[in-house]
Parts: sequence; C-alpha cells; structure tokens
Amino acid sequence: MTEITALLDRLLEFSMPHLVAVPILVPMLTAALMLLMGEQRRRTKAALTVVSGLIGLLAALALLRWVNATDTGSGPGSIGVYLPGNWKAPFGIVLVADRLATLMVALTAVVAFAASIYSTSRWDRAGVHFHPLLQLQLMGLNGAFLTGDLFNLFVFFEVMLAASYGLLLHGSGRLRVQAGLHYIAINLAASSLFLIGAALLYGVTGTLNMADLSIRIAQLNDGDRGLVHAAAAILATAFFAKAGAWPLNFWLVPAYSAAVSPVSAVFALLTKLGVYTVLRLWSLLFAPDSDASAQFGQGVLIAAGLSTLFVGALGIVGTQRLSNLAGYSVLISAGTLLTAVGLGQPAVWAGALYYLSSSTLAVSAFFLLIDMIERWRNEGASIAAHESAGNAPFLSEDLRPFENVNLDDEQQALYGRAIPAGVAFLGLSFIACTLLLAGLPPLSGFVGKFVMLSGLFEAPNIGMAGWTFMALLLVSGFLTLVALSRTGIRHFWTQPLTSMPALRALEVLPVAALLAACIALTIEAEPVLQHATDTAQGLHTPTAYRDAVMGAQQVANPVRLEVKP
Amino acid sequence: MEIVLALAIGVLTSSGVYLLLRPRTFQVIMGLTLISYAVNLFIFSMGRLKVDSEPVLIPGITSTLANTADPMPQALVLTAIVIGFAMTALFLVVMLASRGLTGTDHVDGEEQGE
Repeated sequence: MTEITALLDRLLEFSMPHLVAVPILVPMLTAALMLLMGEQRRRTKAALTVVSGLIGLLAALALLRWVNATDTGSGPGSIGVYLPGNWKAPFGIVLVADRLATLMVALTAVVAFAASIYSTSRWDRAGVHFHPLLQLQLMGLNGAFLTGDLFNLFVFFEVMLAASYGLLLHGSGRLRVQAGLHYIAINLAASSLFLIGAALLYGVTGTLNMADLSIRIAQLNDGDRGLVHAAAAILATAFFAKAGAWPLNFWLVPAYSAAVSPVSAVFALLTKLGVYTVLRLWSLLFAPDSDASAQFGQGVLIAAGLSTLFVGALGIVGTQRLSNLAGYSVLISAGTLLTAVGLGQPAVWAGALYYLSSSTLAVSAFFLLIDMIERWRNEGASIAAHESAGNAPFLSEDLRPFENVNLDDEQQALYGRAIPAGVAFLGLSFIACTLLLAGLPPLSGFVGKFVMLSGLFEAPNIGMAGWTFMALLLVSGFLTLVALSRTGIRHFWTQPLTSMPALRALEVLPVAALLAACIALTIEAEPVLQHATDTAQGLHTPTAYRDAVMGAQQVANPVRLEVKP
Repeated sequence: MEIVLALAIGVLTSSGVYLLLRPRTFQVIMGLTLISYAVNLFIFSMGRLKVDSEPVLIPGITSTLANTADPMPQALVLTAIVIGFAMTALFLVVMLASRGLTGTDHVDGEEQGE
C-alpha cells in the first residue's frame, strides 16, 4: 500500500507544475469534443461527462495532496506555479495553485460532477448544448480560481458568465428569460466596473500580476495611493455584485430559483467565486504589511457582509417556495463569508473556509433535492399550479388552507403506516440539508460556525463588528431552522400521500453523494481544518505567495545542436 | 487633449448610466453599449496620452515607455472589445426572446401602472 502511494507521489511530482493547467484544459477540451458531436449521441455525451468529471476530480485531489505535502521541493509553502506562455512572472500570465485555489477547485469538481450526473436523468434534454455549456462554466470557474493575473481573471470571469447566461436560459420559458435579462444586465454592468478597476490599477502600478501588485502597492508614493484605493473600491463593487452582497443582490433569488435545478446547484459556486476573489485580492493587495494601505476598506467589507446576512435571514423567513429558500440560504452563506473575510483574523478565516466547503455542498444538494420534492408534490409537473397562477403555495386566495391539507380537527390515524423508501430518502435528505444550512450539530455546518465563533473569541479585539456578526450568525441560523422546518412540515407531514415519488438512481446518487461529502467533512474535520488553518495563515502573510510567483522559473528553450557532417 | 478625452468618457458614461436606468430593454442595451465604449476609451487612456510615439519593436530605439507607446492597454482594450461585443449580441437575443414571450419591451416583462 505504501509502495503504491510512493509511486503515486512520484508520478505527482513528475506531473507538476503542468497539473495546475489540467482543471482548465480538461473541461475546455471536453466541451469542444461535445460541440463536435452535435445534439445526437446522448449516451456518449453522458459517458464523456462522467469521464471528464472523474479526471477533473482526480486532478483536484492530486493538487490538494501536493499543496499539503511537507516535503515538496518546488517553491516555498508548496505553491504550484505554472507559466502557460513560458514568460517570467510579472510579464506573462501565471496560473497559481496555492492552498486556497486548490480547495476551491476541488469543491467545484465535486459539485459540478454531482450536478452533471443529476442532469443526465432528464434536465439535459430541456434545451440544446447543456453539457458543453456546463463544461465551459467549469472551465471558467477553475480558471478564475487558478489564475494569478488580474486581467486573466476578467477573461475567465467572462467565460464563466457567458456559459452561465446560456445555462440560466436552459429550458427557456417566460420566468427564465425574465430572470436572465436582469442577470445579464447586472453582470454586464459589473464587468464594466471590473475593467475600469483593473485598468486604473494598471495605470497606477504598471502591472496586472496579483503578486507584483501586492509588492508594488506597499511601495507607492502618497499621491498615487488614493487612485489605487479608488480602483480597489470599483473592483470590489464588481465582485460584490457577483458575490450577492446587499444592495447588489436583488437579481440573485429570482435567477437562482428560475434556473433548472442542476444549473442552480452549480450557480451556488458562482457567489463563492465572488467571495473568493474578494478574499484573494483583499488579502494580497491590502496585506497587513502593505504600509498605509493595510486592510483598506475593512469597514465597508464588514458592513456589506453583515447587511447581506441580515437581508438573507429576513428573506428566508419571508418565503414559502422551496427554491426561494435555497436562494436565500445562498445569500446567508455569502453574507457570513464576506463578514468573516472582512474581520481579517486568520482563525476566523480558517472557520470561514471550512464553512464555505460545507455550505456550498449543502446548498447544491438542497437545490437538487428541491427538484425531486417539487416534482413529487406537483404530480410530475416541474412548475406547480400555484407558481403559474402567481399564488402563494399552501394558501388559497382567501387565506384558507386547501381542503386536502391534513389538519388537527379532522384527525386521521397516521401511525402504523409504512413510509415508502422514496419519501424516506427525501425526508431524511431534507433534514440533513436543514441541519447543514442552519448550522446545527452534528453535521459540518455546526463545526464551521463553531470554529468561526471560537476564532472570534481568540481574536485580540472583537469589537462592535465582531459582536454583531456573532449575534447575526446565531439569529440567521435560528431563522433558517424556523423557515426550513416550517416548509418541511408542510411538505412531508401535513399533506396526505397522494402518490409515491418516482425517483431514479441517477437523481438519488448525486444528492446522496453530496450529503455524504458533508458527513465526511464532519467526521474528517481535523485534516480539513488543518488545511483551512494553513490556508488562512498563508493568506495572512502572503510573502510565500509573492516569492513563489515572482521566483517561478521558465522552462529552458530547446537548443539546436550543430551537428558536423 | 486630456480634457477632450475626459469629457468624452464622462459624457458617454453619464448617458450610458441614464439609459441603463430606463425601463425599456432597448434603452438598457444602448446604455450598456455606451458604457462599454467609455470603458474602452478609459482603458486606452491608462497607457498615457501621447502623440507620435513608436510601437515597441522598432530597431534602433530603446524600448522604454519614454520612447514607445505602451502596448499593454491596447491588448487589454482589444480583449475587452471582443468580449463586450459578444455579450451585447447575446443580450440582444435575450431581449428579443423576452419581447416575444411577454409581448412588451419593459424590462420587467409587464407594463407598470396599467
């Protein structure tokens, strides 16, 4: 066994740093191959999706192993740097796989794999080119996580957004086109802001490489510092719109609930990309050692996070539709993460990274689960009758309950009936999602929140923001619990069983796998938290990142040998 | 020259933002287009405004920014134009789909105050 691991490690060492480009290249090539196939050959495409998903997953896991190995020689702190054009760092584009990027790539691989498997059961037939678009989305996400260059980040953002426009409109229909129109408009506006910010940073510092920017911002003279701060503020506005920070998040819930469920499951990653970018750029550009710019904009970051958390928590108790519930839990998760990032304590960051993994997996599982529950409850239709009529679910227009709702004044004997396996699966998964999203023990949502809070207590100075965060985190967890239990009771307990849910293995397995991943996160919390703590330390003192990027060596050019005749 | 360019960017941006906030989809798309023009000009101006400077690779000229034009913003602007163009085309299609599905060109798909 140890021999096999040793062999694998040697293989891994041999394939670095080229392995860093694999999470971008594999989805791109898969998408190209699928486009050549056209709309026929669904089975081949499904097989291709599985193969490419597995390769992506393996590559991500190998990268995770590499960045956490203690004895890898290349670069300080095991940061894999790949120079795609073989130009040295500040001049060419770099791909950087450090602990944070690798964690995000692994998370993306798991969620996208589950969602693509789920979609093969029926949703990929609702429109054209579903699988190629999903692969391109994956390529954009992985590229944005791995790149070490600001303009390259913009390009990968646009790849990811272009694919997401297509995916959001997948299945067509009035609701989706409406939500899509708003989504595209706000993202185009945000992209313009991104460009202005990036151009301004280039104009002042003369570089777009993130590590180089991080070095140069510390050396700026005071006249230019204001411009850099303005550029950072403009960039942050663009990222806040993508992360779903209030007040730039009114598009989010309609868009996420209008998209077909595998797409919404992948979209749960898009807000995390916004949070990732904020964390990456803020920790690099305004690191504690960057002189007068240290932790610039901390107050705004915390305020945006707290207000998002507040709005998300209010929204989740104010809605009854399952898909809106999931949308608001995305907001709550984004608000929690933004605040945790803004607090700037490595211990809180470690908890936040753990929470990020757990909440992304849980929300994705929830989106997929909702699809099955709604199809079961709506007798096979994917849009409920009350949705088409624009009514609230569970209530008629004169605010009386529907006739077939099981209420106490008409008591029937409910005990002694066997629960069908399908209902049991849906119910148990719903409970697991509730526990994860509300952050209750024994699952990983609780561990994440607990680590964040304990990190906050260890911090030298909690301050007003810390106390507010603590209170809002607990209250939002409670409100999530209220909202989800209320909906769960209505769906599983008060409605009489009219029909059995018809579930397919292709639908059950991805949800079960995502929830199993959360359980694995809970059981194996120690290594994951160790990784998160190391990541947070690396982000807090970015010298290793700067040194690794700026010191990356080019591959020697091939030399032509003069052969004498 | 600086003041002319600054005014042009300012006028384009302000008209763009005004149109972006209008309730008709066509106005929104025109607004986004104007904003993207302004952004492209802005990126271009970040390479400093100079007249008659040489491109980078000219034999006999030391290629520092004092002697040559900065090629970087030009490359950035090219990328931004291509991406912006593609996104506008896509938005146009969604706009037409929305018009066909809802029967109105209001951004919310229904007329207000009827």
